[in-house]
Amino acid sequence: MLIDERVDVETPEGAILTLSLAGPVTRALAYGIDLLIRLLVFAVFAMLLSLLGKAGSGLLMILMFMLEWFYPALFEALRHGQTPGKKAMGIAVVHANGSPLSFNGSLIRNLLRTADAFPLFYLLGFITTLINPRFQRLGDMAANTVVVHIEPADTSHKSRDGEPLAPDWPVNREDQLALLAFHERHDQFSRARQEELAQLAYPELDPQQALQQLNGVTRYLQEGAR
Amino acid sequence: MKQARFEQQYRPQWQSLEKQLDQLEALHVKRAERADMHSFVGDYRQLCHQLALSRERGYSLELQQYLNNLVLRAHRQLYRYNPPLADRIGHFIASGFPNAVRRQWKWHLISALSFVLSIALAWGLVWQQPEMIYTVLDEATLTGIESMYQPDGGPSADDRSGADDVLMFGYYIKNNIGIAFRTFAGGLLLGVGAILVMLFNGSFFGAIAGHLIHVGGDQPFFTFVIAHGAPELTAIVLAGGAGLRLGWAIIAPGQWSRLDALRLAARDALPTMYGVFLLLLLAAFIEAFWSPRDFAPTIKYSVGAACWALLYLYLIFGGRQRGAGKS
Repeated sequence: MLIDERVDVETPEGAILTLSLAGPVTRALAYGIDLLIRLLVFAVFAMLLSLLGKAGSGLLMILMFMLEWFYPALFEALRHGQTPGKKAMGIAVVHANGSPLSFNGSLIRNLLRTADAFPLFYLLGFITTLINPRFQRLGDMAANTVVVHIEPADTSHKSRDGEPLAPDWPVNREDQLALLAFHERHDQFSRARQEELAQLAYPELDPQQALQQLNGVTRYLQEGAR
Repeated sequence: MKQARFEQQYRPQWQSLEKQLDQLEALHVKRAERADMHSFVGDYRQLCHQLALSRERGYSLELQQYLNNLVLRAHRQLYRYNPPLADRIGHFIASGFPNAVRRQWKWHLISALSFVLSIALAWGLVWQQPEMIYTVLDEATLTGIESMYQPDGGPSADDRSGADDVLMFGYYIKNNIGIAFRTFAGGLLLGVGAILVMLFNGSFFGAIAGHLIHVGGDQPFFTFVIAHGAPELTAIVLAGGAGLRLGWAIIAPGQWSRLDALRLAARDALPTMYGVFLLLLLAAFIEAFWSPRDFAPTIKYSVGAACWALLYLYLIFGGRQRGAGKS
C-alpha cells in the first residue's frame, strides 16, 4: 500500500479517516470474479429454463438483462457497496467523503458503465482510472464515488521476549513509529537482515547485540518499564 | 499511556463494536441473537477519539490501521440512508418524474427533434425512391419484416400463443431497456453517442414505415406500433435527452468545474432514467400482450391515440404544484 493511494476524509466527529484506494488491477480482478458468477448463474438458469420452451427463453432474456444491468447496481446499493467479486477482493464502493454508497450513486455509476467500456474492454474507463488521482472511472466521477480497500487487519499485540530497555536518546514520534513498524514487520525479514537493520541504530555494537538492544527499546515503547 | 495498556483498556470496547457492526452489516439476524445497539453511537464517538489519540501518540501503524478500518466500517453504518421505498416510488411517479422531464425540456426537445427529423428524412427518401431502402436494410431483413406485416394478417395473427408473448416480452425488456441505458451512457461521450442513437433509430423507423406503405403493409404495421410506440419512442427520446445533458455538462460546464458539472448533471438526469425504465417496462408489456392482438383498426387506433394523449398529459401537467408558476 503506497502513501499516494490514500485519501484523508474528515468525518463529522472530527476524526480523520484514511481511505486507501483500490487500483485498476484489483478492480479488474473483482470484475472478473463477478463475470464468472454471472456466467455461472446464466448457465444454470439457461439449462433449467430451456425445459419451458419459448416462455423459458423469454424469462431467460429478462434474466440476462437483470444480470447485465442490475447485478452490480443492486449488490452495491444493498450490500454496502460490495458485489460478491468486490467482497472477495476486499474492496468496496463508497462516496468520496467516506459515507456509504446511496442507491442513486450506485445506479449512476453502473448506468454509465457503457461509457467506460467504450470502445472495447473498458479501455476508456481504464485510461480515466490511470489519469484520475483517485482512480475514478467516468461513472465514479459522475456519482462522486471511490473504490477503497476494506481489509480486516489483525492487531493481536505481539510482544517479544526480553527486558524492556529505556532508550538512550530522546525518542521523537517518527522514531517511535519506525521502531514499532519494524517490530510488526519483523517476520517478513530474515534474521540476518533484521540484524543488519538494527545495526543502523547501533553501529558500534555487533549485529546480535544491536538487535537485542533494539527489541528492548521497542518493548519499552510499547509497554513502559517494568 | 503506553500502547500495550491502551490496547488492553479499550480492546473489549472495540470487540463489542465489531460485534454490533457484524450485526448491522448482516442481511438478517435472528431475534434471539440480536445484540443491544444503544451504545453504538457512543462507542463510535469514543472510537473516533481513540483513533485520533493513537495517531497523536505515535502508536504502531498496525493499530492505527485497525482503528481506522473500524471507524470506516462504523461510519458506513451510521450514515446509511434507507428511507421507506414505497413512499418514494409513489412520490416519484406522482410528481418527481414529470417534473424532472420538464426541468430539462430543452435537451428532450433537441433529442426529439433529431429523432423526428431523421424519421421524416428517411421516410421521405424511401417514399420518393423506393430502392433507397436497401441503403438502410439488406434483402433478408427486409423480407422478414415484410412477412411480419402482410396485409392479410400474416403469420402473427392466430397461431401466436401465450408462450410467444412471454418470449417477446423478455426480448423487448432486454433489447429496449438496454438501448435506453446505453443511449444515456453514450451521452457522456460529449453527447455524440446519444445523438447517434437518435439519428440511427429514427432513420431506421422512418425507412421501414416508408417502405411498408409501398408494399401495402402499412395498416398491420401502424396498428401494431401505435399503442406501445407512445411509451417506447418517448422513453428512447428521454434517454437521449438525459444523455445530451451529461455531454453538454462536459462540453460547456459554465461556472462549475467539469467534474462538478458532470456530478450535478448526473444527479439531475437520474430521475428521468428511472422514469425511462418504468416507461419501457410498460411499453414491453403493451407490445407483447396488446399490440399483437387482432382487433378492428379503429379500436387499435383509438387505444393508441389514448396512450399518446394520456402519456403527454401526464408528462406536461403531472405533478405541477398549484400556484408554483406565479411566484
